[in-house]
Amino acid sequence: MNDIVLKAEGLYKVFGRGADDAVKKLRKGASRDELGGATAAVIDASFEVKKGEIFVVMGLSGSGKSTLIRMLNGLHPQTAGTVEVGGDSITGVSPTKLRDIRRKRVSMVFQHFALLPHRTVIDNVAYGLEIQGVSKAERLQRAAKVTDIVGLGGWEEKYPSELSGGMQQRVGLARALAADTDVLLMDEAFSALDPLIRREMQDQLLELQQELGKTIIFITHDLNEAMYIGDRIAVMRDGRIVQIGSPEDILTNPANDYVEQFVQDVDRSRVLTADSVMRKPRVTVHEGSGPHAALAAMRENEISALYVTKRDRTIVGWVRDRDVMDLVRKGEKSLAPAIQTDHGAVSQDTPLVDLFIPSLEAALALAVTDERDRLVGVIPRVTLLATLGGEPEAATSAEPVIEPLPTEVVDKVLDAAATKGDL
Amino acid sequence: MEFRIPFGDWVETGKDWIEDNLDWLLEFLGNLWTGLYDAVNWIFATPPAIAIIIALALAALLARGWKFAVGAVVGLVFIIGVDQWENSMDSLSLVLVAAFLALLAGIPLGIWAARNQTVSNIVKPIMDFLQTMPAFVYLIPAIAFFGVGVAPGIFATVLFAIAPGVRLTELGIRSVDQEVVEAGQAFGASPRRILRQIQLPLAMPSIMAGVNQVIMLSLSMVVIAGMVGAGGLGGQVTRAVSALDIAIGAEAGISVVILAILLDRFTASFGQGMGLYATWAKKRRAKKSDVEQARVDAEHLEVGHPIRSAGAPS
Repeated sequence: MNDIVLKAEGLYKVFGRGADDAVKKLRKGASRDELGGATAAVIDASFEVKKGEIFVVMGLSGSGKSTLIRMLNGLHPQTAGTVEVGGDSITGVSPTKLRDIRRKRVSMVFQHFALLPHRTVIDNVAYGLEIQGVSKAERLQRAAKVTDIVGLGGWEEKYPSELSGGMQQRVGLARALAADTDVLLMDEAFSALDPLIRREMQDQLLELQQELGKTIIFITHDLNEAMYIGDRIAVMRDGRIVQIGSPEDILTNPANDYVEQFVQDVDRSRVLTADSVMRKPRVTVHEGSGPHAALAAMRENEISALYVTKRDRTIVGWVRDRDVMDLVRKGEKSLAPAIQTDHGAVSQDTPLVDLFIPSLEAALALAVTDERDRLVGVIPRVTLLATLGGEPEAATSAEPVIEPLPTEVVDKVLDAAATKGDL
Repeated sequence: MEFRIPFGDWVETGKDWIEDNLDWLLEFLGNLWTGLYDAVNWIFATPPAIAIIIALALAALLARGWKFAVGAVVGLVFIIGVDQWENSMDSLSLVLVAAFLALLAGIPLGIWAARNQTVSNIVKPIMDFLQTMPAFVYLIPAIAFFGVGVAPGIFATVLFAIAPGVRLTELGIRSVDQEVVEAGQAFGASPRRILRQIQLPLAMPSIMAGVNQVIMLSLSMVVIAGMVGAGGLGGQVTRAVSALDIAIGAEAGISVVILAILLDRFTASFGQGMGLYATWAKKRRAKKSDVEQARVDAEHLEVGHPIRSAGAPS
């Protein structure tokens, strides 16, 4: 397959004495504590990263994620297993070849920026190109362009110590982007930044990735960050990858208790999108069908309103039972006069957090549409609440709200009581 | 049988072997060092004292500023006043040659030790040995190998003074932020390039502290080397001690102190951003960076790139 940019297979990293024996023991199923003097940092890690993907490796400190990322560009030689970058193996190659791969294929952004403090911003950004042997004029020109892209235009001749943390990391990012490699490794790149700046950098990274289509491998210990920027996430624990999946996969189908515990604290409303919680619309009506059919459908399902669609399910609007009843009384043949077009539908990739207000404003269960405005589902308010509570299944078993008695019935009873003089 | 380790005999045998077999090398080194000393000494001793004082005062002004320049002039005039000028210039030449040789060997050795753990493990006890051995002991092999004169003085001084040069170089390189070194590796820089562009520049403060220490230790040893006929202020001190002449002893001693202070302040100011030179350099750099920035900005305008500002640093 051509679109696999980086492939790791059966990677092990064991520090200390008797590393090879330790790998053999681990392969036979020994646990991490049974290795005697050796310490296993990464155990049997295998994954593939596709072109243009943001692949996040998530784990707490000591889970081996930093060791893992350093094996992907050979900063830590692996104890066993293979790594392929763009079809070239980086395991068991000569130092010269390895340096060549690092120059052309993999660049890296560091947690504490790792800028050269004695060089200006532009010279830092041009560093990768300088090592690649690009001529001075060209590398400065390319570096200036990238510096501008990351929003540091006007700061080219400053030294790193004159910049704030966020700006320093922009330089780190620009340096990696300028090297123009296939893969970008980011080691806890935003962890040293304060929360506001971190958010800003995450947004900028997503923007850049859309623009430039880079393949990014991102290490973090922050699950919210992983969920926000990751296309796929590998969760690591004690040196092993325990689950690889999309953010929604991990959130809704945690592979084990550990992952489940982990995702408890995630802000679900920002990760889950409308299409992951929506239900099939119970009943809709075509705009061509008459008021009779619409009213019958509502009565059958005991509901007071319906969405109206075209034949191809493109949403048109909604109708209320009272308006439809009027049409029936007047003998109208078309449903059109009763259709209200303020359906307030949301697109299916809207995050949950943006659904609350539309859900309040909608007269019936919030409509969800795809990119061609076709009605693909609805989200009743109760589902929204159940999902936030962490148990989407609760919505289906939830008792419907008890309907109030019709007003005239209540009035009649009250009047009857009043005439008896009980009050 | 009495317990006795004939360690002294072993060392003597070793010394004899060197004398017998490496005579040509000793002679070559002795001549080389004496030649170096003569050349440096010619620079300081030939011109009239006043010229040297003016030159040193100017250098002091550039390196640290006018206060140090005034202090240097006062100190040097005092040395002339107590009639120790020629001896002082002899000692100064000896210090410079010995310190130069010690650094020439010490800095590369420190770099090697920083990059190779085995070398570090071997070098470390040797440096402990060289640093703690009583300084006078070095004079014995020095005389045996090189006879009496300047060469044994330089030999003993280099051995005595080399340790901080090696140690502080190694320490400086080892304490460079590992992440920055990793950054160099991650972008595919060769080890030599990482050394040149990252490790050495970042270790420079520590290396300069080593240079300072080597020079100061050289000065203290050069005085002791007066005992083997290296001349200069050391010779004066030795004579004063043997004749119990407190007057000469004090005058030569104070001259040593003045030289020591001058050398220490000079070397400590390297890279500290003090003095006239640093001010000029700063101005020049600021101007250059302004010009560069203007050029970069102009290029942006040409290609029609809007200059996005990232806001002020927080």
